Amino acid sequence: MSKMQTQTVTRVAGPGVAVRGNDIDTDQVIPARFMKEVTFDNMGQYAFFDARRDDSDAFNDHPFNQHDDASILVVNQNFGCGSSREHAPQALMRWGIEGIVGESFAEIFAGNCQALGIPTATASHDTIERIMERVEQSEGPELTLDVESETVMVGDEVLDVRIKPSQKEALLGGIWDTTSLMKSYLDEVQVTADNLPYLHNFGA
Amino acid sequence: MSKGTLYDNVWDRHAVRELPTGETQLFVGLHLIHEVTSPQAFGMLEERDLRVAFPDRTFATADHIIPTADLARPFADDQTETMMQELETNTREHDITFFDPGSGAQGIVHVVGPEQGLTQPGMTIVCGDSHTSTHGAFGALGFGIGTSQIRDVLATQCVAMSKQQVRRIEVTGSLPEGVYAKDIILKIIADLGVDGGVGYVYEYGGEAVEALGMDGRMSICNMSIEGGARAGYVNPDETTFDYLKGRRYVPQGEAWDEAVRYWRSIRSDDDADYDDRVRFDGSALEPRVTWGTNPGQGIGITEPVPDPARMNGAREATEQALRHMDLRPGQSMQGVPIDVAFLGSCTNARISDLREAARLLQETGGAVDDSVRALVVPGSEGVKQQAEEERLDAVFRRAGFEWRGAGCSMCLGMNEDQLEGRELCASSSNRNFVGRQGSPDGRTVLMSPAMVVAAAVNGEVTDVRTMMDGD
Repeated sequence: MSKMQTQTVTRVAGPGVAVRGNDIDTDQVIPARFMKEVTFDNMGQYAFFDARRDDSDAFNDHPFNQHDDASILVVNQNFGCGSSREHAPQALMRWGIEGIVGESFAEIFAGNCQALGIPTATASHDTIERIMERVEQSEGPELTLDVESETVMVGDEVLDVRIKPSQKEALLGGIWDTTSLMKSYLDEVQVTADNLPYLHNFGA
Repeated sequence: MSKGTLYDNVWDRHAVRELPTGETQLFVGLHLIHEVTSPQAFGMLEERDLRVAFPDRTFATADHIIPTADLARPFADDQTETMMQELETNTREHDITFFDPGSGAQGIVHVVGPEQGLTQPGMTIVCGDSHTSTHGAFGALGFGIGTSQIRDVLATQCVAMSKQQVRRIEVTGSLPEGVYAKDIILKIIADLGVDGGVGYVYEYGGEAVEALGMDGRMSICNMSIEGGARAGYVNPDETTFDYLKGRRYVPQGEAWDEAVRYWRSIRSDDDADYDDRVRFDGSALEPRVTWGTNPGQGIGITEPVPDPARMNGAREATEQALRHMDLRPGQSMQGVPIDVAFLGSCTNARISDLREAARLLQETGGAVDDSVRALVVPGSEGVKQQAEEERLDAVFRRAGFEWRGAGCSMCLGMNEDQLEGRELCASSSNRNFVGRQGSPDGRTVLMSPAMVVAAAVNGEVTDVRTMMDGD
């Protein structure tokens, strides 16, 4: 499941799924009671676990139940707010989501997505509404999120989206996994550390 | 862009270099870890055959899933035991200090860091927990990070991050009786919105903030993330230095004097440039409660629950929240029956929170209503011990509160402490998200610790000031 460090992400394509609503927090994406595991391996089955079930624990009409082949998630404002749990994008990724398009994202969530190579593209309310309406049709078209051109193709309609420049660079350059990149500068890290008074008992 | 702020000063000192993405490689002065978001990161390190680069700059504790009632090992819950063992193994193998249960230093990571004196002004501090913003109360930059970033920090002691804008939030005046730091931050979030702080770091200041002790400042910075701001801070001052002096990891003697000199030097300049400024009148605040399912959906206790029909844009979200909470537009929150009272969490489980709650119980002679299950979960073993020395535990017990061990507990319901069914909880915690406290149908009303006591005693949401009349 984990992608190789050098892999680039230029475009993701596939069926879409629209999860409507502003401020959908990461407790909704994955309730905390499913985080008592020491790996992310099983997280896919917990995506939107409570939201997808009715009072008798049967699947309801949540979009994730209706579009279980989807790979592009479409959302509204401030998606992924709340807890910093990487379990949230991990659950979405392992459920099958490879890219997300929304009006806006919470910062930590977007950063976590970037670290997994999942683009989080933003667009205006009207554009998102347009994509959602198409996705919600019974035979909804496939979506293509193109990182390079910052567009979403919905069927044969091309809509502009935005991707934060640093995320775009990271995805296209294959440097969204920053561990080895930052490790290559450990000498400079040491210089920075040497200049921080609190790491040296304030020079006393 | 901001200039001359504490944020700029601390950022510049920790910036290692610019990365090809345009992000900054930022050195991390203090890394805190806990049992839930760190095991996967150690697993990734192992996969890549990497070691921890600066093991003396990472400290661990157990808080998220640890039981608060029975700590006998092995824990009753197998998954909890497994996660605990994982943390024990990882910290041992990588020479990381672990504040384990029974050490006297275990507790919620954002209570423990300051208490041990690990959290100091001018540091960059990260943890795999969004409430890392808490540490900003000391004039540090505290950021919540995900597990892949924990891997980055373990391997390099750095994070890749873009610089934010700085919003100065000035809270003027002095707080009326019955109004606390929690009410300040709930008001800020309600007014600026749960996403109002996205892209910003919040600098809190003004008389009302400066008059607060460190515990109150921590409550405010803690909930910065609930307003969308990844970090929030208060410039360090005498209150900060007084709190830190003599704590375990704080420099002593000559180094202390040098430290204070450094800490003063990183304060925001008087003429610093901010990207935005906002002002609140602290003297006009009243005790606050949430009525909805995010921390921004809140009101003053005497205000009516909003009417969706009059809400611009947020109509559907409001209707949905009111449905979940089983509340009517226009009704008062006062008198809403509660089932559970939770006094705990990284927002409000420090010694001054417990002191104020106990004072209220003692002065009013109040006891927990028969209809209510009430628990006090101290933020750390240190807080617990201090409270017991002051005999606060006896006050709580006598009033009908359970007196528990330290941990996150019912704030997020990962251990046994959970809401059941549709129970409604008067909670001193930070999130009222649907399902947050362990039951998918559970309901949370956020408020200050004093308001939790008032609700527990009356069995319903209550304006704590009515209990203070005649003082």
